Amino acid sequence: MNLNSTLIAQLVVFLILAWFTMRFVWPPIMKALDERAKKIADGLAAADRGKQELELASKRSAEALRTGKEKSAELLAQTEKRAAQIIEEAKAQAKVEADRVIVGAKAEIEQETLRARESLRDHVAALAVAGAEKILRREIDARAHAELLSALKQDL
Amino acid sequence: MATEEAITEHALTPGEYIIHHLTHLNSAGEKQTAILDLTVFNLDTLFYSLTLGLLTVFLLARVARRATSGVPGRFQAAVEIVVEMVADQAKGIIQHANSCLFVAPLALTVFIWIFLMNAMDLLPVDLLPKIWEGIYTTAGGDPRNAYQRVVATADLNGTLGLSIGVLLLCFWYNVKIKGLGGWAHELISAPFGAHWALAPFNLAMQIIEFISKTLSHGMRLFGNMYAGELIFMLIALMGSAWALDSALGWGLWIGQVLAGTVWAIFHILIITLQAFVFMMLTLIYIGQAHESH
Repeated sequence: MNLNSTLIAQLVVFLILAWFTMRFVWPPIMKALDERAKKIADGLAAADRGKQELELASKRSAEALRTGKEKSAELLAQTEKRAAQIIEEAKAQAKVEADRVIVGAKAEIEQETLRARESLRDHVAALAVAGAEKILRREIDARAHAELLSALKQDL
Repeated sequence: MATEEAITEHALTPGEYIIHHLTHLNSAGEKQTAILDLTVFNLDTLFYSLTLGLLTVFLLARVARRATSGVPGRFQAAVEIVVEMVADQAKGIIQHANSCLFVAPLALTVFIWIFLMNAMDLLPVDLLPKIWEGIYTTAGGDPRNAYQRVVATADLNGTLGLSIGVLLLCFWYNVKIKGLGGWAHELISAPFGAHWALAPFNLAMQIIEFISKTLSHGMRLFGNMYAGELIFMLIALMGSAWALDSALGWGLWIGQVLAGTVWAIFHILIITLQAFVFMMLTLIYIGQAHESH
């Protein structure tokens, strides 16, 4: 417990060590700490910003999805309407066509009928003449009564 | 802690063993008898405090040079924890930012340096003295004179050196902050009040205050570490009963292991706490130098 010059040496060493720490140790470490604190603060701020942006983006995407759905529904409705319209048109056209065909057919049938009647009339007239000829072989001259026969034919 | 054989071929008595371990290796070559003798240096205290001081600044400088603001390594993180703790304390106690630039690093140095010097207590009490004895004897010296004390803070010179350093810094900051005149005025007008009749009493109180602060600052650390060292030696003595080669001897040896373990674990707390207390008092005393009464 005796005191001696160790004390003074210790004092000097103490002050030199403190000076050294102040000069070479403290500033870099404090700088690193401050920089890291700033980095962390920046990172947190960036994370906040990112979160906000994400929220905004998800809102925007939901909006886009909604309008897309609306548009597609509208398009679908339009398409359905158009399809119905096309079907209606096709139906109408088909009916017109059918009518036309029916009318044509009817006209043809009428013509055929007319022609058949005409030929039937000819045949009947010929038959009548042949019959009359057989009955009245002598008295009736075909040429002389041709006029009469054609009038008869007209009446049939 | 575990010890070498306390009883050597010289057959030291327990008393001699303790005294041997409490004697410094000094430049005089023999035990210092005078209370104050400035021609003498305690070589062991100087060696260990200087070595550990250099180790402190070396480790700190290594961290400082590689300090990154990115992801820190484990060692950097550990140093940063201490640095932040010291910086917070210094900022809280000393209001002058400029003073903090010196005082905070000073406190950091004090804390780590004293912690390391205190931690020498955790080495086996006979380890380094025995090694020194071997070197000293090989060099042709008398082993009885191979003194070695490894805990620099268990030397009053070491701790008072530090506390006087703090006292000088207090003087420096008193003058720096208040001016020579301002400080002189404070010395004779506080604590009793500014009156010419009270001036001598004020001055006397101020001187007593400075002396008691410095003495208690140094003595507190010294006392704790000295007592701790002494208890380690007493525990080590228990192990020396091994030589009795009886049930009692074995019992005492087991006692040394148990007591040594318990005391060493407890001492981890003490060395850290004392380093912290010394650092805090350093900050507080220098902080007081910044305040006007």
